Amino acid sequence: MTDFFYLIPISIVLGLLGLLVFLWTLRNGQYDDLDGAAERLLYEEDVPRNDRPH
Amino acid sequence: MTCCAPTPVFAEALAGGPDRGPSENEVRLASRDLGEGLRQSEFSVPSVHCGACIRTIETALDALPGIVSTRVNLSGKRVTVRWRESEIMPPMVRRMVELGYEPNIFSLEQAGKDASFTGLIRALAVAAFCSMNIMMFSGSVWAGADGPTRDLLHWICAALTLPALVYSGRVFYQSAWTALRAGRTNMDVPITIGIAMAFGLSLYDTMTSGHEVYFDAVASLIFFLLIGRTLDHAMRERARNAVKGLARLAPSGALVLDGKDGPAFLPLADIAPGSTVAVATGERIPLDGEVLTGASTLDKSLLTGESLAEPVGPGETVPAGALNLSGPLTVRTTADERGSTLNRLVTLLEDAEASRNRYRRIADRAAAWYSPVVHLAAALAFVLWMLFNGDLHNATTIAIAVLIITCPCALGLAVPMVQVMAARRLFEAGIMVRDGAALERLAEVDMVIFDKTGTLTSGLATPIALSGAPEDLALASSLAARSRHPYSIAIARAFRSARDLAWTDVIEHPGLGIEARLDRHLYRLGRSGWSGPDDENAGTTLSCDGEPLATFTFEDHLRPNAAAGVDSLLANSLDAQILSGDRPKLVEKLAARLGIAGQGGLLPQDKFNHVNGLEQSGRRVLMVGDGLNDTPAMARAHVSMAPGTAIDIGRNAADFVFLRNDLAAVPAAIAIAREANVLVRQNLVLAMLYNAIALPVAIAGLVNPFVAAVAMSASSVVVVVNALRLGWHPLRRPPVAQLKDRTA
Repeated sequence: MTDFFYLIPISIVLGLLGLLVFLWTLRNGQYDDLDGAAERLLYEEDVPRNDRPH
Repeated sequence: MTCCAPTPVFAEALAGGPDRGPSENEVRLASRDLGEGLRQSEFSVPSVHCGACIRTIETALDALPGIVSTRVNLSGKRVTVRWRESEIMPPMVRRMVELGYEPNIFSLEQAGKDASFTGLIRALAVAAFCSMNIMMFSGSVWAGADGPTRDLLHWICAALTLPALVYSGRVFYQSAWTALRAGRTNMDVPITIGIAMAFGLSLYDTMTSGHEVYFDAVASLIFFLLIGRTLDHAMRERARNAVKGLARLAPSGALVLDGKDGPAFLPLADIAPGSTVAVATGERIPLDGEVLTGASTLDKSLLTGESLAEPVGPGETVPAGALNLSGPLTVRTTADERGSTLNRLVTLLEDAEASRNRYRRIADRAAAWYSPVVHLAAALAFVLWMLFNGDLHNATTIAIAVLIITCPCALGLAVPMVQVMAARRLFEAGIMVRDGAALERLAEVDMVIFDKTGTLTSGLATPIALSGAPEDLALASSLAARSRHPYSIAIARAFRSARDLAWTDVIEHPGLGIEARLDRHLYRLGRSGWSGPDDENAGTTLSCDGEPLATFTFEDHLRPNAAAGVDSLLANSLDAQILSGDRPKLVEKLAARLGIAGQGGLLPQDKFNHVNGLEQSGRRVLMVGDGLNDTPAMARAHVSMAPGTAIDIGRNAADFVFLRNDLAAVPAAIAIAREANVLVRQNLVLAMLYNAIALPVAIAGLVNPFVAAVAMSASSVVVVVNALRLGWHPLRRPPVAQLKDRTA
């Protein structure tokens, strides 16, 4: 049992990574327009837009 | 044109011509300066609803000169436009109107991104991460880990609880501290005490290799409570800034002709009574005054709701805020800025907002008796167990278990979850809600009062030709296009002709009409009796050398579904009334048409008094209005509603704003609010039922960490699932078309 304890820090680090990625997407404004993102996929050309806030 | 944009004919029927929507000045005022000559405007465009709409608007606006970028937000039905500041503003509003997407200026949320909301989401994410990881380790402990393994797992749990406790829990500690310092207690006090004691005792047990720790309970408690808090915040009242917006309606200054150093443009505050000011055509009257020279027509609809423009000449008094329509005026001011008509309205509005009885939200009422009961129960459990076996550790554990298991997770989720669902349903129906308390108040309404102009009617007269050949009507339309009078605009729009005629010597006679020459004939379009023989039925006549060619009468253009909406209200035993500043005869005619009572000729103060009287006699009034003249009454009413076309102040003062040009929104909103109210009550009963069962069990000392975790999660899930039922009627269709037959 104790042989597998090395998995604990790994799981925590992976969880932490997920948390950080979520915080980044939040800052990045990726949740501002969920419905729009779904539709844009169908219509938009595959070019970057120039209206990102940063 | 796309598949989904409203057809131009329908769009035209909504209201106004291609010039409708916010004016350039309004857009400029509401826009935000981004620096480097860039400005950003936000519009609320309710008719955006699919990917094709996004594409149409973005490509069309991006193609306009001066526009840097356009971004449509489909979820929020908003359009954000960045444009380069120059002499000419890009005609974005006009372009959107042409495409069939009518924009409203977006000022409700314009205060910028809500920083504290993002903070709550971040705290929630941290709490979610902690509680889920702790659950994983707690699972191992419950599964039977013991000895050093259990101690290690306990230590890991303690470490993981720390971020949730310190970072995510701050929200509750701050609120509890504020309450305690003010000598009160609120829901957050037992939460804070429970969290702190549970963590402290668990830490002690971890150090002494105890069997049971409550880290999982602490973390998931914070997590669930934060969900409730975040949802609640999403519905929280935004600061009312209705009064501030009033200043925008008054011009910021005026051209004073008899200043000390000759004519000068002075700020209003510096203009003393008795000054002479010039008011150009198309400007608003800056201060109350008397006309010295000039003749014109005034649009007072902002102040009185009166749709008919009023002729004024020398010697007549003019109120601040009225729009000068047809000729330049010089005015001798009779009041300074503070004594002005507009300013009196500001004072009235402030009084009304102050006197609106402070409504206590359902959740607050529940919280008022909640925390004393919980504190008492925990203290009682502690004392009883101390008397029973005198084991301090055991008694403390049980007291903490009582605090934790009765923590108001379900109670905290019960109300906001339903209100968020209701706000979403309302949004889908094109209605925006300002705050959650408004939803609760709307459910209690037993009477609906409508303003006429701009609310029941679209505010624009529809001309009806009584006589006249098609070519004469085209002639009238061409001549009418030369005037700014509302009736002329209506004629020009209704009988639009392709060819433009070469009129000469165009003169507008204020209060009478417009005359011009064409091929040596004198044509007149205006009041019957002036332009031609007096006609009882016709309001307006087109004549050629005194011979009548065509006659028109005007009818108020009802909003779509006005009659159906009112019928639906009456069918649900709500009373409906019209209060209007317009001419009594017109109001009575309209009221008779809708089958309800109506009063006309009312000043803003009269409307306020009327609503005040009803409220004091115990009625719960929903005021639906759009103009400045309705605003005090709207602020006094139990709850208020405004169309998206209302002026800024009207929209800001209203609890609900309906963005579609359709009065069916009123019964629809009441139906949703009532349904939400039923669900809120069910949820509160469920949450209390859970507490009623859990409390004796906890006091009896039968709760362990596993039971606490399961009970807490289960009760929260039940409440959330119940809230999700809103608007889901598998046995009834159509879904929200009819109101339930019950009175508040």
